Amino acid sequence: MRLTCPLCGERDRREFYYYGAEDYLNRPAPDAAPQAWDDYLHNRDNPAGVTRDLWYHDMGCSSWLVVTRNTVTHEILDVQAVADRKGGAA
Amino acid sequence: MPELIAKSALAGFAPLTRLDTTLAKGQTLRLTSVAPWPGRMAQVNDALGALGLSFPAPNTQSVAGSARLVWTGRDQAFLVGAEAPEGLAAHAALTDQSDGWAVLTLSGPAAADALMRPVPLDLRLAAFPPGRTARAPLNHMQAILTRTGTQAFEVMVFRSMARTAWQELAEALEVLAARAKAG
Repeated sequence: MRLTCPLCGERDRREFYYYGAEDYLNRPAPDAAPQAWDDYLHNRDNPAGVTRDLWYHDMGCSSWLVVTRNTVTHEILDVQAVADRKGGAA
Repeated sequence: MPELIAKSALAGFAPLTRLDTTLAKGQTLRLTSVAPWPGRMAQVNDALGALGLSFPAPNTQSVAGSARLVWTGRDQAFLVGAEAPEGLAAHAALTDQSDGWAVLTLSGPAAADALMRPVPLDLRLAAFPPGRTARAPLNHMQAILTRTGTQAFEVMVFRSMARTAWQELAEALEVLAARAKAG
């Protein structure tokens, strides 16, 4: 498996650290309902197909990445830096 | 006051040559991490202009005389061999890294082949020409690689890993030499 880091280029999987579902980027407001916090912290989909999750390029440029991949075919469909998303750090 | 003696992380390591390719310790120079504050790139480049440098694009370096600015990560570069110019501290986070890193050099016809054993990158000349840099793993070590010539590389690792990096690269050279001997 290889991921194309937006800064470093195509790199081997061993350079990256897997963090978890993309859901971690969508933090509820502090006063959100307990159900929203429960979903944020504990409840995850487990799709057979396209999924999006967070990876960290710890052996490279130290970017957080959102990776879109297919759990059935193992295709990597997209790699995006979290900082480049709308509302990300400059 | 105690008398402290500054020592290279690889003090006592003599250069090792196999296949006309030499592993040696590099020069330890002033090293400063430069991380521009968000939105201040123009001001950072203005301040760097005093040294004739500009903030490098990913996987490259900016060179002016003996001063270099090497890209080392997202929004971060290392200033090598020069003091930070006046005014830079107002627009970027500067941290002295001089004692934190060890420098190794690998030069000769087998340098790329030896380095490609512990580093999972294509370091052949066409893919990684002189002046290119990369953050990449040297086995388990987070290294900074720069191609300094057609047959020469500079490898930087955390100082605490200097001797491990030396051992890994020495072994890569020994293996290539043994293979060449065996035909």
